[in-house]
Amino acid sequence: MLARLFTSWRNAHWGVRMGARWVIGIPYLWLWVFFLIPFLIVLKIAFSNIQLAMPPVEPLVRFTEPYVMQLRLHFGNFAFVFNDSLYREAFVNSLKIAGVSTVLTLLIGYPMAYGIARTTGAMRQVLFLMVVLPFFTSFLLRVYAWLGLLGKAGPLNAVLVALHIVPEPVQFLQTDFAVYLGMVYSYLPFMILPLYSAIEKLDLTLLEAAMDLGCKPVKAFFTITLPLTAEGILAGCLLVFIPAVGEYVIPALLGGPDTLMIGRVVWDEFFGNRDWPVASALAIVLLAILAGFVLILQRVQNRGEVAE
Amino acid sequence: MNRRSPFVWFMMVAGFLFLYIPIVSMIVYSFNASRLVTVWDAAHSPTLHWYRELFENEPLISAAGLSFKVAAINASCAVVLATMAAFALVRYRHFRGRALFGLLTTAPMVLPEVITGLSLLLLFVGMEQWIGWPHGRGAVTILLAHITFSMAYAIVVIQARLLTVDRSLEEAAMDLGAKPFKVFAVITLPLIVPAIASAWVLSFILSWDDLVITSFVSGPSSTTLPQLVFSKVRLGVSPDINALATILVSVVSVAVVAAGIYMMRVEKRRVLDLQKALGVEQ
Repeated sequence: MLARLFTSWRNAHWGVRMGARWVIGIPYLWLWVFFLIPFLIVLKIAFSNIQLAMPPVEPLVRFTEPYVMQLRLHFGNFAFVFNDSLYREAFVNSLKIAGVSTVLTLLIGYPMAYGIARTTGAMRQVLFLMVVLPFFTSFLLRVYAWLGLLGKAGPLNAVLVALHIVPEPVQFLQTDFAVYLGMVYSYLPFMILPLYSAIEKLDLTLLEAAMDLGCKPVKAFFTITLPLTAEGILAGCLLVFIPAVGEYVIPALLGGPDTLMIGRVVWDEFFGNRDWPVASALAIVLLAILAGFVLILQRVQNRGEVAE
Repeated sequence: MNRRSPFVWFMMVAGFLFLYIPIVSMIVYSFNASRLVTVWDAAHSPTLHWYRELFENEPLISAAGLSFKVAAINASCAVVLATMAAFALVRYRHFRGRALFGLLTTAPMVLPEVITGLSLLLLFVGMEQWIGWPHGRGAVTILLAHITFSMAYAIVVIQARLLTVDRSLEEAAMDLGAKPFKVFAVITLPLIVPAIASAWVLSFILSWDDLVITSFVSGPSSTTLPQLVFSKVRLGVSPDINALATILVSVVSVAVVAAGIYMMRVEKRRVLDLQKALGVEQ
């Protein structure tokens, strides 16, 4: 069977030479085996029933009698996911936390990227590397750093109490505030880098022309700079929003037990409850939501291009 | 247009403080004698106590060793596969299944980690049932998972570089009778080596840092450094983790600064060459 597959691959006309078939074939095969097929397995298990065995799922296809194949699709997991208020809340909460964090990183990241792109000489390289450095430093350890800073006996509370801003130490950890802070902090470099490359490419003579014609700087920014860097904004927002929706580490370390996020729920269903079918169904729904977002954004972008 | 408004100045200063205060605080507290991480024990600090404790921590050292090995092998495999994939995408515009191939090369980057981890674990469980391999889960399954997701990032880096390579050089070599593989080895490869090096470093770091996907596909006998750190910090702050963070931040800083200096030198040389080529006197 495998040999015949190989022969047909070798003899078929794929539109490329023999050597090229290896160059294309090897990574292609890798991605099929370790990316596409696993995904199909998740889909399959999302339609299976849980059972007490290893692996803890019932097979979809069963041979009840010779030559009689029985296919049982179990939609219960999806019904469960959609009807259970806990899961609904986790989805809504994840989208809310990721959305607000994305807007906050954009508001902080845009002026920073703008400032770096407008710096001249060697200083610009230095500032750029200062954005890259946290990007390359362990994500986990950077989240961990806030555990020390935000603690009740931590430096932040000490400063706030010393300045009489608050009468006594505030509970920061295990709140949604800490999750937002961790999100914005961790994903800020992901926002700055695409924004920086978009702003850097901007043709400055356009701004000079606008100024010469009497345009105020703020108006010039909103009519020229912002629309011309829209692509960078979109790229930055996607780079922050998508991983933020499925984030596990930040809510697990900084959030409280009631900070429901879907990545954490999938993790707990899988490791805690060992409910593989429900974890798979949750993963499929999450993926569908994210794919929907990406498609809508692409359509918006295409429409923008057509309008131009 | 070098004037920047006070608002931009303020945001830059505040933004960089925000980025660096947590990192600096970890470094400072790593020299703190007190076991209570956030209380500064002025009488006995600074101390290297936590660094010594770190190096005497057997499980931690072996976890770091495993992480390092996995990351290095992962990076080497990922850049080979990524170079092939990038070459396929840039040089072969038409082949059957190219659209799906393009999708598959970028999808691992935008997939949430919990989904990637879950799907790979289900694959490994299924494979063990059907073909008996991989036997159990451990370093091998971690490696396979890491190659799959870091390859996607490596492809982006190498593809970007490959797009800028002047094809006329390759065509000239072909016209002179060089075989396709030789053209690649002698002409294309040296031109994309910088990108392959960056892709290697990126893949190494992605693997070295990964917690979520690793947790799904690792077995009881194999614990990577992020897994160990995570299980420890879940119980609260711990001074030796500060020491570990300090060491890692120092290593990354040295590497980033070295890369920065190298980049500036290359840029300067390029400008000089350009001036020479145009006959401009210095």
